[in-house]
Amino acid sequence: MGQITLQGVQKSFGPVHIIKGADLDIADGSFVVFVGPSGCGKTTLLRLIAGLEDVSGGKILIDGKNVVDTPPAKRGLSMVFQSYALYPHMSVRGNIGFGLKMAGLPKGEINRKVEAAAATLNLTPYLDRKPRELSGGQRQRVAIGRAIVREPKAFLFDEPLSNLDAALRVQMRIEVTRLQKQLGTTAIYVTHDQVEAMTMADKIVVLNGGKIEQYGSPLELYERPANLFVAGFIGSPKMNFVTGELALQRGAATIGVRPEHLKIERDGAGGWQGTISVAEHLGSDTFLYVDAGPLGMLTARYIGELSLHAGDRVSLVPDPQRIHRFDDGGNALRG
Amino acid sequence: MATRQTQLLARSLLTPAVGLLFIWMIVPLALTIYFSTLHYSLLDPGSESFVGLENFRYFLTDPAFLASLQNTLVLVGSVLALTILLGIPLALLMDQPVIGRNFVRLMVIAPFFVMPTVSALVWKNLLMHPVSGLFAWLASLFGLTPIDWFNDVPLFAVILIVTWQWLPFATLILLTALQSLDEEQKEAAEMDGASAVSTFIYITLPHLARPITVVILIETIFLLTVFAEIFVTTGGGPGLQTTNIAFLIYAQALIQFDVGSASAGGLVAVVIANIVAFFLVRIVGRNLEA
Repeated sequence: MGQITLQGVQKSFGPVHIIKGADLDIADGSFVVFVGPSGCGKTTLLRLIAGLEDVSGGKILIDGKNVVDTPPAKRGLSMVFQSYALYPHMSVRGNIGFGLKMAGLPKGEINRKVEAAAATLNLTPYLDRKPRELSGGQRQRVAIGRAIVREPKAFLFDEPLSNLDAALRVQMRIEVTRLQKQLGTTAIYVTHDQVEAMTMADKIVVLNGGKIEQYGSPLELYERPANLFVAGFIGSPKMNFVTGELALQRGAATIGVRPEHLKIERDGAGGWQGTISVAEHLGSDTFLYVDAGPLGMLTARYIGELSLHAGDRVSLVPDPQRIHRFDDGGNALRG
Repeated sequence: MATRQTQLLARSLLTPAVGLLFIWMIVPLALTIYFSTLHYSLLDPGSESFVGLENFRYFLTDPAFLASLQNTLVLVGSVLALTILLGIPLALLMDQPVIGRNFVRLMVIAPFFVMPTVSALVWKNLLMHPVSGLFAWLASLFGLTPIDWFNDVPLFAVILIVTWQWLPFATLILLTALQSLDEEQKEAAEMDGASAVSTFIYITLPHLARPITVVILIETIFLLTVFAEIFVTTGGGPGLQTTNIAFLIYAQALIQFDVGSASAGGLVAVVIANIVAFFLVRIVGRNLEA
């Protein structure tokens, strides 16, 4: 079991409020990703759940029990750190088994569990090596091994892939997701990378300035962002925002259209007119950055190759079903 | 340093410095070797004559030699042990966030800046003096008989003074090492359920292995040649109880005016230092490998 509930959790360092009251329900076995720009409090929130920081107010319930006064080791959670935080003078075996040794388990049982964890993570040949003799990906797996061997109620990941190169990151992303599904253990994962959030999560928590902006499944966030911040943060390239006359016509202060929902017409007279200032041809996609005069810079995405180049005039026609409307407080308008 | 040209340039630029250092070292060494083979007494100038290895035989069979060798090793060993055993807890304390931490650090470092002669005089006359010293006054407060440090426990008294001087060095090196310990490692240990004691034994102490090695190696170099503290406080006595090799050589040259056997002693000291260094590097040097 690993059901985690936050009730009005607050954290301030001196006069600075980092977390301004967070309420959250994390179901047992789900994979929840905290995402947000740097300084939004996502790591702090994770550390509060871990017990590495004390809350300034509110409750954290794990399986219904308030744990705000419980020391980290007693909460039954395990954490994978951004720097991996492996113990440099211990072998891989020592690193993975350290928590069990501290729990006072007999040697034979520790060895059995460590070897089982190592087998799951393909680390068996490296059990007697020191961390410095391992590659980045292997170190990452040792850190994960240290987390799974204790059979915790939940895993906490603090930007664990940010030190890996791009190719390895994609591979580890898949491995972590698969491992979590296989073990069925609740996982909370912190990242600033919205692609990681979209691909890994069952549910995403978007944080900004210490507040939860929206909590929902990846597609929910993509299709129905609750406000301007979530709309701009989720999706790549970013959503286009248009204010002024065009927005007022639709009864909103701001309207937003995703780059993939703008139809590109070469000589069209309708839609939004502009001149291409940069065209990026990726083969699979074409991104156009269009200077649309009073509307500002707009981004449009075309699936596949489109032979348009900088300086060409185009018109962009938004898909009327896919226009997001926001009021002057930045909140989404529905209906 | 890829091309032949840059190599040549580097070498020619280095030559003056290397040459100067070489001369700086080789001239005194050669002179010492030369003097060590002479009968050379300052009381009898002009009578220098070649005596072969007679000076070495004289120095090594002198009963004072073995006594001073033992004193040297006891002094070095005790000060090393004390500075590290006291330095670790001090460094741990100074690593804690307390008000006025910078001031405390400054105060702890202060003894290192006091000249050995001055600190020895302060210890001798203000602290350890059996009549007017602070320790004697403290003892009399409790109705105890004051200890006459330099007569009753002279070597221990010298060890205390030298430890006081070198403790800041050990503490500083260990403190900087503690500050370089990755915070996430300590948190990982905390998540793993390690108590403060376990964290110290399994995480902190292994991390300190390297700085402890540095402290041992550097302190040994200086502790083998402790002189001012002995000269000022006990003058090597009572008897030979606080005479170390460095002081013995001084006594040969400038008390007995025997330059020949003092030079021989100097060379013996070089050999001893090398033996100590050899064993130290064998025992603790592997900690320095990355």
